[in-house]
Amino acid sequence: MSSSAAREKVVTDIPLDQQLLNACAALLLLLSFAMLSQRRIVSLVSLLAVQGAVLAAATLLIAWRTGEGHLYFSAALTIALKVAFLPWLLHRLIRRLQVYWDTEPLLNISATMLTGIVIVVFAFGLAQPITHLASTATRDAIGIAVAVVLLAFLMMITRRKAMSQVIGFLSMENGLFFGAMSATYGMPMVVELGVALDVLVAVLVLGVFFFQIREQFDSLDLHHLERLSERR
Amino acid sequence: MIALSFLLGMPAMGAIVLSYCGARREAPEINAAFSLGTFAAACVLASRVVGHGADLLWREEFFIDPFNVFLVALTAFVGLTTALFSRPYMRVEAAHGKVSPGRLRLYHSMYQLFMLTMLTALTTNNMGLLWVAMEGATLSTVLLVTLYRTPQSLEAGWKYFILCGVGIAQALFGTILLYFAAEKVLGAQGVTALLWTHLDAVKSQLEPAVLALAFVFLLVGYGTKVGLAPLHSWLPDAHAEGPTPISAVLSGLLLNVALYAVVRCKVLVEGSLHSTLPSRMLIGFGLLSVVVAALLLMRQRDIKRLFAYSSIEHMGLATFAFGLSGPVATFAALLHMTVHSLTKSAIFFAAGHAAQKAGSQLMDRIRGLLTLSPTVGWGLMLGALAILGLPPFGVFASEFLILTTAMREQPWSIPILLAALAVAFAAIFGRVQPMVFGETEGRRLPHAPALLPVFAHLAIVLLLGLYIPPYLADWYRAAAHLIGGP
Repeated sequence: MSSSAAREKVVTDIPLDQQLLNACAALLLLLSFAMLSQRRIVSLVSLLAVQGAVLAAATLLIAWRTGEGHLYFSAALTIALKVAFLPWLLHRLIRRLQVYWDTEPLLNISATMLTGIVIVVFAFGLAQPITHLASTATRDAIGIAVAVVLLAFLMMITRRKAMSQVIGFLSMENGLFFGAMSATYGMPMVVELGVALDVLVAVLVLGVFFFQIREQFDSLDLHHLERLSERR
Repeated sequence: MIALSFLLGMPAMGAIVLSYCGARREAPEINAAFSLGTFAAACVLASRVVGHGADLLWREEFFIDPFNVFLVALTAFVGLTTALFSRPYMRVEAAHGKVSPGRLRLYHSMYQLFMLTMLTALTTNNMGLLWVAMEGATLSTVLLVTLYRTPQSLEAGWKYFILCGVGIAQALFGTILLYFAAEKVLGAQGVTALLWTHLDAVKSQLEPAVLALAFVFLLVGYGTKVGLAPLHSWLPDAHAEGPTPISAVLSGLLLNVALYAVVRCKVLVEGSLHSTLPSRMLIGFGLLSVVVAALLLMRQRDIKRLFAYSSIEHMGLATFAFGLSGPVATFAALLHMTVHSLTKSAIFFAAGHAAQKAGSQLMDRIRGLLTLSPTVGWGLMLGALAILGLPPFGVFASEFLILTTAMREQPWSIPILLAALAVAFAAIFGRVQPMVFGETEGRRLPHAPALLPVFAHLAIVLLLGLYIPPYLADWYRAAAHLIGGP
């Protein structure tokens, strides 16, 4: 049986899967909004870990219904990297650097949330042509994936602490990963491995970088890093 | 096959070896030796392609064609000369107490890693791996930009990381969309659907609506790394605050590699869309970059920032030329990439030594280079004249070709381009002239500067301006044919 025929069958027979997947997608979006409103950095990291877990669950679900073996591997990679290792590393960094709270964001929380809603509408508009063309059963989630990416982007823009910006960066990567998952059932394995490696190295480099910033400024607040533009 | 293994294996081994012994006294020589090995491999590869044509290797994951092999050769060459330049330069920095042995080790190891990521990005056939390598190039240079740990360099490094990281995330989304469109045509197995050669073969069947969207993301993503306005703000900071050899390779090589990625994507998208939308976008971004950079050039006080903005201008010009499409414009764009890369790295070499002698990167503090060290002074002066597009240097030839083609294809852009070039000329010449002539209070350096790379680069640029050897012209033409259609 070809895989597309299998997909068709699954779609018509077991709508429960579909519902579960949509629930996962909705959870991801909800978590993005939760991250937008959260100012405690420790909670942000936990939210990121939960987002990773939901992503892994969605991947497993898709892997199970399509029977594509490499997705199991990809789910395992997500759990190892995004649920276990990165949050652990970030928690460690937070303890060592003593950064527990972000300062007041550039835009206040309620304004950020309202902007977020506009962004979600925009994201669904942007995803329209792709959703129409997609043959995957998960195509409705593409709009949500784009929304997660853009919300993470918004978070990076509005936050002042380096740590929250990095969490925004990782959340953006989660959104992209979910987008690839829902549009095409994941990228080829070699690419996924490469991307995971890059994310891992990026966080390690940032860890080093944080200590350099701290050593120099005694703080991780990014307003210290705004001098070059004045010199111009 | 063997040549490619060497090409990628040399910098990989270099990175490992130097991560152990990068702080030793002879580390700069080891660094240069590995770069020499890489360059030799690149030469063998280039001669193979000239002889036998394009080649697919390693289950089609890697490929070599006239377009990328010419950039591979250029990258390996500038990598080698920069390694030669960095020998005395980094020794002087160490003698001035600006870098500790540990940081020197980091520097040498990351230098080789950076070369590896760039060469991988150039030779890979897989659009996904291209993305991975481009991100790797950012990551390997972030810690080099912050090598001096000054507040400014930390800020520059942070900006570089966040802006390029976010930018490149857009490119990943573009790549996902590309894969999405390709999967429909090439089958869901996903093994071949990201290979450029396969995509190129079926590009007219790819879904235009998706590819147009993908191109927007890819252009914004890789365009951030090219330094196209308005996404350029990381570039001057990263160039100015890092050590000079890194400024030279960032400006001379990384920007080229990023532009290469954009052009590869453009070829696919244009084949699918059957319209000139991608070209028009390149023209728009390119022209905007030229104008913005020219205007900002006038306000610079730091020598490395000045030439960083000049890089934005020239990459804008090359992007504009790729946007004009057609074989002549593409030929000119490739020539421009070559001469810009050679000239700009030569300028950074000279500027680096000038700043070391003056003890400052501020142009007001650099005076009378000719009396202090005639070779550095002349190097900077000739480099500046070359980059400003004065005949008989190669930049003149490429700019002339670009302008004459633009005159035919997009006549409205000519006044804008000429005005921007004139402003850039006034800004750079007005700054360089007092630095080279006049009185001085500079100091002697503990290690004699390496000026051979400066004059070697300028000599090649001069040669390219006077006479392009027929095999090189054929090579450019083959590459232009590959990109720009018939």
